[in-house]
Amino acid sequence: MLLAVVLIPAVAGLAVMAPFVKRLRLAVLLLAAVGHASAVAWICSRPLADNNADAWIALDAPGRLFLAITSILFLAAATYAIGYLRNEENRTTKDAEEGFLFRNEPMNIFIGCLLLFLATMSLVCISQHLGLLWVAVEATTLVSAPLISFHRHHRSLEATWKYLLICSVGIALALLGIFFIAAAGQGVVHGMNIHALTKAAGKMDPVWLKAAFILLIVGYGTKMGLAPMHNWLPDAHSESPSLVSALLSGALLNCAFLGLLRGQMVMSAAGLGEFSGGLLVLLGLLSMIVAAVFMIRQSDYKRLLAYSSVEHMGILAIGAGLGGLAATGAMLHAVNHSFTKGMLFLVAGNLLAAHRTKNIHEVRGVLTTLPITGCLWVGGFLAITGAPPFGMFISELTILKGALQGGHIVVGVVYLAALAVIFISMARLMPPMAFGIPAAQIKTKEPLWAVAPPLALGLVVLTMGLYVPESLWNALRAAAGAIGAN
Amino acid sequence: MSILTDLLMMLLVLTNLRMLASSRVAVCIQNVAIQAVVLGAITFSLSAHAAIAAGVIVVAISTVAVKGLVLPWLLRRAMKGAGIGREIEPFVGYASSVLIGAVLLGLCFVIARPLRDTSHAGASMLIPVAMFTILTGLFIIISRRKALTQVLGYLTMENGVCVFGVSLAVEEPLLVEMGILLDVLVGVFVMGIVIHQINREFDHIDTDRLSVLKD
Repeated sequence: MLLAVVLIPAVAGLAVMAPFVKRLRLAVLLLAAVGHASAVAWICSRPLADNNADAWIALDAPGRLFLAITSILFLAAATYAIGYLRNEENRTTKDAEEGFLFRNEPMNIFIGCLLLFLATMSLVCISQHLGLLWVAVEATTLVSAPLISFHRHHRSLEATWKYLLICSVGIALALLGIFFIAAAGQGVVHGMNIHALTKAAGKMDPVWLKAAFILLIVGYGTKMGLAPMHNWLPDAHSESPSLVSALLSGALLNCAFLGLLRGQMVMSAAGLGEFSGGLLVLLGLLSMIVAAVFMIRQSDYKRLLAYSSVEHMGILAIGAGLGGLAATGAMLHAVNHSFTKGMLFLVAGNLLAAHRTKNIHEVRGVLTTLPITGCLWVGGFLAITGAPPFGMFISELTILKGALQGGHIVVGVVYLAALAVIFISMARLMPPMAFGIPAAQIKTKEPLWAVAPPLALGLVVLTMGLYVPESLWNALRAAAGAIGAN
Repeated sequence: MSILTDLLMMLLVLTNLRMLASSRVAVCIQNVAIQAVVLGAITFSLSAHAAIAAGVIVVAISTVAVKGLVLPWLLRRAMKGAGIGREIEPFVGYASSVLIGAVLLGLCFVIARPLRDTSHAGASMLIPVAMFTILTGLFIIISRRKALTQVLGYLTMENGVCVFGVSLAVEEPLLVEMGILLDVLVGVFVMGIVIHQINREFDHIDTDRLSVLKD
């Protein structure tokens, strides 16, 4: 039954690639997204299975959380895609920035890969075997590469090449890390099931385990966008279509984070949580600092959002590394970040479609040209910088509280300083785009499909700031508890 | 059987050095194919002490088939499509590359010592040679210009990871082995497509000239 979340989008994706379903492609996309979401809702409503030590696929608390996020975000992106792709049907398009003509990728490849992307990400969430998890994470890279080069021109091809090569090399190192864990457990544990590994972790060889975690953090950290391995991220996020950026940032980075969490589960069960947690916190803080530096003088709003993803992945790593209350905060933060960033990238897509530029300083007066988009942009700015009453305020505060409770004063101070710098840079750049006098010749159409998905995501984030239901708290605590407090 | 394994390891070291020394892309492709065959042979030689399981045979044969036949075929097509025969002017010259390779090899034996002592892996040269292969691949990725040569570097690195993996082949289930192989196959296929598109768009595949996107 669990396999349905992989099979539904996979079958739909392969079907869409066939030429005979030309007219129905968008319907299939939406239908598969709805089907996936309802399957996930049904699965989430049932109690979690016991930690079976032989299962290949099963749903545990962290997997359930990320699966639900992925499914909801994909539904929003698929709805957005209906309108977006109808506009892109004309295959020869003029580039917004440099004015040359280019051809789009064939539509069936794009929609097919979009669905396969969902299938592979779902497989990541439900994999209980570290080897299978790796296969799924690498598969997400391969099926998402054609999504980034949808607009076939020199910039998107450059971004695609960097993404493919850097992530594949990084992920190969993660595979080595997984083999190291197998080496650490030789003679102690049979197989690579995560629960079998955590049970036997105490008897594993600590030298091999430490080496394994370093490789895992470099490998999955590359995919997750942790500095200093984040170089591919701003390029890929800025050059891909906005709905793909939303999925990359809100769902794909989480999948890599889940891979890292699986490593952390083994490490804390082996009593090495302090070592691995320390590494996570170190890279997390570095990511926040690097993101802050690159955001100060940023002039491209999609790159600004991309660096913001680097920052938030850093926050997730810090929370997971500190453990306890901060880890619960990190889980809540993952939910908030995915929906907020998904919303902002979709809104950025509307801005790009109307204003035909990604330059922050050339976009002015969005509130007059595109009123709803403008409101969402300003609201999104408040949400992403952690201003109350949005959800991120609570999750960032929870992580800070966790850090201070654990006595990590220095971590707390650097964390706050980076957040402050980022708030100031974003406040200088994002709200002025909404106000002022717009440039001439802006088409002022805001179709429902372009504003409804980001609006829905925005409302979820707002609700999360005002009221987090008890059942969600329990799910978050269960997810954080599975990582293991250290 | 450990003598056979050691000999195969030696062969792997030699292919790595040849990889570092050669400017012709066709030679590098051939090298990656040889490595795949060596990899398959290592799988057999390591499990020869026990009864060879059916799974091991399937893994070894499909490794040789995919990495030794299909991938080189794909890469040769990409090479002809892009019209490049040689890697001209790499960032690090061939003589220096080989020297650096020799230093790396020595370094790997030093680094692997603490890991080797605690390992239960079959042969003594396994870990340092696997490491050397991985580092050779990484070095080729950073020191060569052409996108195609970088793919060859990635494959070399992947082979190194797999050398480590085959020492644990008894523990790894067939499904995962096949999944990894499939990922590599599809990965090189997708990279080949992107190289083809880059070549059409830019009329070259020099990755150092893909430098528009930056901050």
